[in-house]
Amino acid sequence: MPAGHFTDQDFEDKVLKQKGVFFVDFYADWCGPCKISGPIIDKLADEYQGKLTFGKVNVDENQATSQKYGVMSIPTVVVLKDGQEVDRMIGFAGEEGYVKMIKKALGE
Amino acid sequence: MNEVRKVIIIGSGPAGYAAALYNARAALVPLVLAGGKWGGQLMLTTKVENWPGSNEGIMGPDLMEKMRQQAKKFGAEIVDKNVTAVDFSKRPFEIHLGGVPPAGGPPSEVYLAEAVIVATGAEAKMLEVGEEKFLGRGVSTCAVCDAPFYKDKITFVVGGGDAAMEEALALVKHAREVIIVHRRDQFRASQIMQDRVLKDHADKIKVIWDSQVAGVAGEENLTKIVVENVKTQAKQELAVDGLFIAIGHKPNTQIFKGQLELDKKGYLVTRWGDLGNFPTQTSVTGVFGAGDVVDFRYRQAVTAAGFGVMAALDAERWLEQQG
Repeated sequence: MPAGHFTDQDFEDKVLKQKGVFFVDFYADWCGPCKISGPIIDKLADEYQGKLTFGKVNVDENQATSQKYGVMSIPTVVVLKDGQEVDRMIGFAGEEGYVKMIKKALGE
Repeated sequence: MNEVRKVIIIGSGPAGYAAALYNARAALVPLVLAGGKWGGQLMLTTKVENWPGSNEGIMGPDLMEKMRQQAKKFGAEIVDKNVTAVDFSKRPFEIHLGGVPPAGGPPSEVYLAEAVIVATGAEAKMLEVGEEKFLGRGVSTCAVCDAPFYKDKITFVVGGGDAAMEEALALVKHAREVIIVHRRDQFRASQIMQDRVLKDHADKIKVIWDSQVAGVAGEENLTKIVVENVKTQAKQELAVDGLFIAIGHKPNTQIFKGQLELDKKGYLVTRWGDLGNFPTQTSVTGVFGAGDVVDFRYRQAVTAAGFGVMAALDAERWLEQQG
């Protein structure tokens, strides 16, 4: 199952008020590197299903959330645990880079 | 033992994929080691208007995706991993993805090839005044990527070539102020790009001539830069939200040091004067070079693709000669 989407309207309820680990990908349709990172994040969402939640935030449509997290370059990935930011990667990290972040967040 | 490939292509910009297309059509089943971040510099652009035959223009990332699919269609294999080391003193050539293993240690992921095409391209040069720690937090080398985050902000562009003009034009749509800092008293950008900046947007884009950025400061995000006049050495501290660096490129040849001849600036040296033989050949027989990693003069997507084709044809003929 590919990663779902979060919006300004549901970010609080679906992410911040939830327990567990969230992997949030800030992206835009016009961003070249996002075309590479997007499918990789979908693939990881599939592989890690049940262990953590993946979601994408379109920065053009959800400016409040993007600004709240100080996103100034995309792709930016923010990892949250029980609603708190625990890790962040600005720029495309490659599949290996994302896997490292996931393992760190899961304590593996 | 690992399978020995006919051709391995390192790099996935226009040069790499064009080489792959030609070698694939010659039934050499080339392997492209494309890197985790494949596609090269065109992935950081928007509309490409000078790709011949594409009259409406084409988005850079879309063009690269198409070139990739085209190479695949004819049988090229593509692996999206970074090469970390090469050993061109051995035959077949060794290409490592996890570094050369220590003696007696576990083997790293290694690929073997009779011929190699190096098309690793170039990347943006930095100022090296401490700005790297603000990358993505006020410092950027890609305005077309990041400009929308600088709505109504104060932005500076450093540089005077076409790339710097393009950065300024990308920013002008969003930012409150765009100020170009250039170390000379005129730009070296093409006339059409200069006109777009200096004439069409004279109201919004300012230029600080004869100057360079000598320092940066900020807590979490960049907030200030020091601009120094190179003639008078006078310095001024200016408030900034975004600093966009477009001062040229450096070739990606780190992993080839000590393996292939490089020039003073690190560009790969090929036998360009030797048109009777293999003009794209490097200092090692059987290793060819193409695109921005070799070419500091033309640096266009189209010329890079052309160079890639030349290297592919040279590699093919060279392999035939080896029998």
